[in-house]
Amino acid sequence: MAADAAAMPAIAVAGVSKRFGEVRAVDSVTLEIARGEFFCLLGASGSGKTTLLRMIAGFEQPDRGRISIDGEDVTAAPPYRRPVNMMFQSYALFPHLTVARNVAFGLEEEGRPKAEIRTRVAAALDLLDMGGLGGRKPHQLSGGQSQRAALARALVKEPKILLLDEPLAALDKRLRERAQGELVALRKRLGITFVMVTHDQEEAMGMASRIALMRDGAVLQVGSPRDLYENPVSRYAAEFFGTANLFEGRVVRVNGPHVSVECDTLGTLQASCAGGVSPGSAAAVMARPEHVTLSRAPAGETNMLPARLDSLSFLGSFYAGEVVLAQGQRVSARLSPAEYAAAGAPNAGEEVSLSFSPQAARVLTR
Amino acid sequence: MRRRSGLAITALAFGYAFLYVPIAILIVYSFNDSRLVTVWSHVSTRWYGELLHNAQIGDAFFLSLRIAAVSASASVMLGTLAALAMRRGRRFAGRSAFEVLVMMPLILPEVLTGLSLLLLFVLLGNFFGWPSERGATTITLAHITFGMAYATIVIRARLSELDPLLEEAAADLGATPVRTFWRVTLPLLMPAVLAAWLLAFTLSLDDVVIASFVTGPGASTLPIVIFSSVRLGVSPQINALATLLVCAVALIVGVATLTLARAKK
Repeated sequence: MAADAAAMPAIAVAGVSKRFGEVRAVDSVTLEIARGEFFCLLGASGSGKTTLLRMIAGFEQPDRGRISIDGEDVTAAPPYRRPVNMMFQSYALFPHLTVARNVAFGLEEEGRPKAEIRTRVAAALDLLDMGGLGGRKPHQLSGGQSQRAALARALVKEPKILLLDEPLAALDKRLRERAQGELVALRKRLGITFVMVTHDQEEAMGMASRIALMRDGAVLQVGSPRDLYENPVSRYAAEFFGTANLFEGRVVRVNGPHVSVECDTLGTLQASCAGGVSPGSAAAVMARPEHVTLSRAPAGETNMLPARLDSLSFLGSFYAGEVVLAQGQRVSARLSPAEYAAAGAPNAGEEVSLSFSPQAARVLTR
Repeated sequence: MRRRSGLAITALAFGYAFLYVPIAILIVYSFNDSRLVTVWSHVSTRWYGELLHNAQIGDAFFLSLRIAAVSASASVMLGTLAALAMRRGRRFAGRSAFEVLVMMPLILPEVLTGLSLLLLFVLLGNFFGWPSERGATTITLAHITFGMAYATIVIRARLSELDPLLEEAAADLGATPVRTFWRVTLPLLMPAVLAAWLLAFTLSLDDVVIASFVTGPGASTLPIVIFSSVRLGVSPQINALATLLVCAVALIVGVATLTLARAKK
């Protein structure tokens, strides 16, 4: 049984759908979130990520499908009977209670003895460096302090799973970066499962161990941040994670992972693919800006295209270049100072050749 | 500071005069010794003394207080429930109709409300033997009908401003809906509940039209007593009584304003 329990996912979402009137907020989503993961639901607004989180918390009932937590079906259970706690985007601190009473709320509802509540509240406040602020009312707290208070209130119940709805969205940029690191460290220290909703791709990549990318209520791709960045399943996924240079064309030859794509005016480009590509299908070759290199040598080799350097800016650790191809397509390139020197230090307006390696480029059919 | 124009000051003075000069005259004349209300003789507190020994007015005063307190409390309870059904409950068939119907007593002429309630009580009395006679109970019930409408409006407005996420947060922390109501919703609604109670209390204390329809022998509220004694010619006692009422109302409003101001902080 113990082995079973360890192998069981913390959260299993099976074929869950939810409509609001005519809008399909969540459309047959199936997901498994493992114990101890920092899982992130990522998507633009309206992608259904928050609705999915609210269904896991129990605030919304799915129209179809099942949700299990620790192997137990909780689809019909109300929020107050689920072993999860949520941290709200707006924090939802009770304005009529002090910080300490806010944090004590969940323990009081469990009917814990007074002495235990006092020590656990103090410990939770200490954990989040809020030791001296227990007597304050929520309106006397700064944004960062409110965020910690909300976190303490959710964590004091020692949930196995913590749900976070855009936990950093209300903080200013500087605080947000610090809070990111703190959340990751906190999860490591407590060893519990975090499920976070965010629309910020950088935030998701910086914090999550796995990410589910959502669009129009459906999950497009699940994987590690690196996986999603390097092997996006579609053009949308590629462009969601950072900048992607896309060259549209048609697959002409597939040889294992090596794929040749004929792009009308650019000739044939070489790229790699995990599989599922067949000759004749429409596809795009995707190259990230950091995989694009420039040189003064004339074009001719594999994936080498004649171009003009349109603009160039030095951003400290790298050069960002905008290149225009002969047929007018713009391509972003990102060069380290060493790469820039190796390219012969071209200036804006000069004719250059751009190239990218077939191993780094990906074929996208969707 | 910007100088205010003479016109604005005059307008303000006229506005205040329009509202408060009649009350001021009433207060001044309550200290008039003359038996004739409109003729000034000299200053005295004679009528206050006589008022204290007027058992009829004393009884009516306490009856009015009792009716107002009971009907205000019931109005606030029902108003809270109605507001919750409108703003927090699941959507139910006829909810928009419900919202309009609860407000009806505010729109209907008081005469109509009073008359219809009188008919209802007479019919109930004939068929079920209850209420066997009209009096304090029927007045209280009648006052609840419109007190509840006002209470619903006040409490619903506050409930609309209340972030439903707070109630979700309570549920998330393990509070059942009933516990959530007592620990989160009601405390946050409290300023509105108090305001609604005071409103319903004042309206009940004020009402003469509906009360005179549904009252019976032996149950005369203060406004009914005042009204009937005025018909026989105004006694200077009424001036004294009115002055006391003005002071009491001013006190209640003052306390309520202070309480609300403190609650908002």
